[in-house]
Amino acid sequence: MAFQMSRILRNSMPTQRDDGVDGPISGAAVEPVVNVTPGAASHAPVSQEIKIRARDINVFYGTKQALYDVNIDIPAKGVTAFIGPSGCGKSTFLRCINRMNDTIPGAKVKGAIEIDGEDVNQKSLDPVVLRARVGMVFQKPNPFPKTIYENVAYGPRIHGLATSKEEIDHMVESSLRRAGLWAEVADRLQSPGTGLSGGQQQRLVIARAIAVNPEVILMDEPCSALDPIATAKIEELMDDLRQQFCIVIVTHSMAQAARVSQKTAFFHMGYLVESGPTEEIFTNPRDTRTQDYITGRFG
Amino acid sequence: MTDVAQGSPGRRGTGKRPASGKSIKAAPVNIRAAVESRLAMRHKAERRFRNTGLAAIVLALAFLIVLLGSIIAQGYTAFWSHSISAPITVDSAKVDARDLAGANYHMLVAAALLQKVGAPDDELGDNAAAMKELISTDVAHELQEQLEADPALIGKTVTVNGHLSDDADLYLKGEVTRSVPEAERKLTDQQLDWIDKLKAQGVVSGAFNSQLLTASDSTEPEQAGLLGAIIGSALTLLVTGLLAVPIGVMAAVYLEEFSPKNRMTDFIEVNINNLAAVPSIVYGLLGLALFINWMGLARSSPMVGGLVLALMALPTVIIATRSSLKSVPPSIREAALGMGASRTQTVFHHVLPLAMPGIMTGTILAMAHALGETAPLLMIGMVSFVPGVPEGFNGAATVLPVQIFIWENASERAFHERTAAAIIVLLVFMIIMNLAAIILRRRFERRW
Repeated sequence: MAFQMSRILRNSMPTQRDDGVDGPISGAAVEPVVNVTPGAASHAPVSQEIKIRARDINVFYGTKQALYDVNIDIPAKGVTAFIGPSGCGKSTFLRCINRMNDTIPGAKVKGAIEIDGEDVNQKSLDPVVLRARVGMVFQKPNPFPKTIYENVAYGPRIHGLATSKEEIDHMVESSLRRAGLWAEVADRLQSPGTGLSGGQQQRLVIARAIAVNPEVILMDEPCSALDPIATAKIEELMDDLRQQFCIVIVTHSMAQAARVSQKTAFFHMGYLVESGPTEEIFTNPRDTRTQDYITGRFG
Repeated sequence: MTDVAQGSPGRRGTGKRPASGKSIKAAPVNIRAAVESRLAMRHKAERRFRNTGLAAIVLALAFLIVLLGSIIAQGYTAFWSHSISAPITVDSAKVDARDLAGANYHMLVAAALLQKVGAPDDELGDNAAAMKELISTDVAHELQEQLEADPALIGKTVTVNGHLSDDADLYLKGEVTRSVPEAERKLTDQQLDWIDKLKAQGVVSGAFNSQLLTASDSTEPEQAGLLGAIIGSALTLLVTGLLAVPIGVMAAVYLEEFSPKNRMTDFIEVNINNLAAVPSIVYGLLGLALFINWMGLARSSPMVGGLVLALMALPTVIIATRSSLKSVPPSIREAALGMGASRTQTVFHHVLPLAMPGIMTGTILAMAHALGETAPLLMIGMVSFVPGVPEGFNGAATVLPVQIFIWENASERAFHERTAAAIIVLLVFMIIMNLAAIILRRRFERRW
């Protein structure tokens, strides 16, 4: 698998460099996924404004340390990808950002994560408020076993973002539109969300997350349970959403990281080995471990 | 090395060890031959296992059929009984309008029936006494009530209805036959002749025994019914359900979703599991000491019975609820928490609705168990003879399984078939509850 991936990357990297900066965004959806499509995404300048600032993050599960002194800045607009072999701590770090680690017994987070300068771990910050600002999409599509409408309306309802039925209707429609799902489900909003295909479910989950208009969207391997066509659609969607949101994605697919992200961070054995503009990481990594990983020598 | 040798089990098993000439030599060359040589044995093992399982099921079904068959065979006759409907000429010499309660109505009816069968009473009244044994007391009661309502009927002919006595009823149902020596049965040949004559004249006729479901317990088997026990069971279960279900579900939700996992909650969990295994009679003793002696609640009452059964059902409800909460996939909790739902919202909006089918199934099964529970209720005095419908939650009452226990111990032979009939009624209620559990589960079950 890793060997195949590196071959894909090596084959596609030159194309990426040769291609124009203004390549069509929609290209990602129609091109075969095995090719790393040269989207505008990869070459757009990384936003200088910092949204999330993590300093000296150490995470412990009981006595086992999962992360060591992670320092990273995540830009406000754009896609940041976390790559690395299984168990390297990338998902753990992702879950620190919206304090989902709180739900794991024995998990302990040390260090400071700031979103817009506000420490997410401070006692006075209710995780409910934090998670309304930081949406999350999981590896396995997990729509609520309710109707499509109810899935999207849930966030606005519990946070009191809308009071009248019309407002909620409007929010549901606009969220589904932004998630590129409206055309497919407009005539069956009252059918169960779990009845959709895997890719549609994942886009429904994204619609559910953006319905509360978060500032950050965390995606934990959002495409690992999807087929290439559904993956392409999600990637296309991410490319649209990165104009408005700070998106952080954990992915096992280096091709995906190369396609969708502007910034990439490589994790290994609980350490953040290297982070920087995606193009640099993939073409000119500074650390030999990064080099070995992206060329498929391990992982 | 060939591909075949590499793929063979023998080679794989020794793959990690330093290669020696011996292990390579031992590797079978032909996989197909190696597999086929064991194939017959593997098929045989599979067949053996399947047949054993099938035999177990057949055996279990056979036991069930024997059990149900014997109960139904013994009990179905109780749903049929014989009654008397006879015109009685009320002799004004024997009934005084000023002292209606003083007359011997039973004898009056017996005398009238004696005339019907053409056997005039003798001087000593032996025949009338023998006839009295064939009719139940309710015939006389009905006659008395009719006369009390309208004393003008004295001297006229009134039609009275009532039950045949239990022994006469058994004879007509064929459970007592003439082949039994006269000395060994309760009724003489003469009495049997009379019954046959009355039957031929249409005075005695058989019908569905509605008494069994509309009357309460009685010392006369032919007048005894289950209504009091059914209502007692209903009231008791109402108390049990209202206490055990909300307390049990809330306790389980707290333990499963909110409580910190520490020694204290481990201790509580172990003890809940222990309580589920405590013999039910111990709960009866606890109820006796706590609710009756200390709190002073009425003994034999559905309130105390319900409290005791609630204590008994609680561990079952908690365990069933916890296991169905555990079976809700964590992805649903993550989804809700990730959306910014609070823990309470997560539980009540998502987890509890998904766990509902399991909770309801477990709860209804616990209730069905409580419905069939006898031993703890004996301890709190629900075993007493209650000849009526319980007067509310604090009135004396009995429940279906205890009624079965009481009837089983009765000496009258007619109670035997009624015991079996009561078991059938109890089983019907159980089946209804279990069906409700299945239907509710189907209705609430949703996929995720």
